[in-house]
Amino acid sequence: MIPLAIFGIENSGVLAITALLTGVALVALAMWIAGLISPRSFNPQKGEAYECGIPTRGESMSQFHVGYYLFAILFLMFDVETVFLFPWAVRMQALGAQGILSIAVFFGVLVLGLVYAWRKGALEWK
Amino acid sequence: MYNVSDSHIFDFSRVTGPIHDWLTGFLPGWAATTVECVAIGVGLLLLYALLALFYIYFERKVCAAFQCRLGPNRVGPFGLLQSFADMFKILIKELICLNHIDKFLFALAPYLVIIASMLCFAVLPWGDGLQIIDFNIGIFFLIACSSIGVLGILLAGWSSNNKFTLIGALRSGAQMVSYELSIGLSVVTMVCLAGSMSVTDIVLAQGNGWFIFKGHIAAVIAFIIYMIAGTAETNRGPFDLPEAESELTAGYHTEYSGIHFGFFYLAEYLNLFIVSGVATLLFFGGWMPLHIPGWEGFNTVMDYIPTPIWFIGKAILLSYIIIWFKWTFPRLRIDQLLSLEWKYLLPISLFNLALMVCFITLGWHF
Repeated sequence: MIPLAIFGIENSGVLAITALLTGVALVALAMWIAGLISPRSFNPQKGEAYECGIPTRGESMSQFHVGYYLFAILFLMFDVETVFLFPWAVRMQALGAQGILSIAVFFGVLVLGLVYAWRKGALEWK
Repeated sequence: MYNVSDSHIFDFSRVTGPIHDWLTGFLPGWAATTVECVAIGVGLLLLYALLALFYIYFERKVCAAFQCRLGPNRVGPFGLLQSFADMFKILIKELICLNHIDKFLFALAPYLVIIASMLCFAVLPWGDGLQIIDFNIGIFFLIACSSIGVLGILLAGWSSNNKFTLIGALRSGAQMVSYELSIGLSVVTMVCLAGSMSVTDIVLAQGNGWFIFKGHIAAVIAFIIYMIAGTAETNRGPFDLPEAESELTAGYHTEYSGIHFGFFYLAEYLNLFIVSGVATLLFFGGWMPLHIPGWEGFNTVMDYIPTPIWFIGKAILLSYIIIWFKWTFPRLRIDQLLSLEWKYLLPISLFNLALMVCFITLGWHF
């Protein structure tokens, strides 16, 4: 295997931490500069919620559609499926027919799950 | 797998290698690595900021062209300095202290959004010998990191304690998690073809032809699904209902002011680049020049174009298509958006994965 990584650094964990710290540094640096040069003025009206200039009515934490939860749960099911598909996909060509058959059973069960959710009307936004 | 050392592709480890040797000449190993990491960090930061500024300019010019306008043309030649002017303007705007928010989570949200896009940014294949994060599960790591961004958006909307931001964040969350499935499945489809999750291996596997040409019809379907889902993932174009300005003012970042808002803006444009960069990696060979088997002279000429130019050029072309979407399709409603994903894209991408497996088993791919 030809080392293609930058500076020949083999340990990618170090580089991942570098990227993470770079992200933190970007935000912290920009916030610091903005804190130095941006103006400050106080006005009690400024602290209010921005709702088109009209004073807020009722609770800000209003009720929302239950559909969001439903789709989040469905997402969880299929996301876990993807996690199981990845390791198989890497070895797919080596595992051959037996691997395909094993994953096909798993795949079939999940497609059935989607069909079930569809028939039950879970995919409708009411 | 393609052998890069036999080709005329410039290997950037010929530049970084001597620097590494020079540093280790007078520094202990850990100190040399630290210096290199700092250099990489500074490089990433500059590239991130410059690309974001370029993308803001690029989008405004493209939008203007679609509407028969000139776009920014006052600041600098052809308005090239417009984004810099905007950046300074945003820096000198006041950071308003609101009295009804969850202060800690409100401040944390931009960090999460920027960190997520920075981690994805570092995984992209920048060039031969310029690969930054190169895990053997690279593409999986990228998907994992990109889903941190959703948390940032949900936190921003929730901690602002405002009706508009809450609804915007929920819409955005529902949209991003839904379309992540299609992205994941089209990535799995291409991983089947590549036989590896490492970014370097995926690029090298495309040395004798990009996957969009090698993968038969299944790769083309995966590409179309990826582009649609990627547009939705970045909250852009016809899928921009989390920030539908006529109903939700600015969506999840309504309460953010000054540079706080700037971070969301920055991350949005960088996510556009990342989505097109990943599409480049999976379907158009990453930094790999265009190679046509048998055309030796043509391949040699293509090899002389530096690899970062190939990667960034291809990514910008794909971004152009995503910006084009925005001016072609009307905005979707939330029920249409979710039924597009769950009733069309998800079944099609499941079917497409099976199709790709058939093609590979029968040996129909090239």
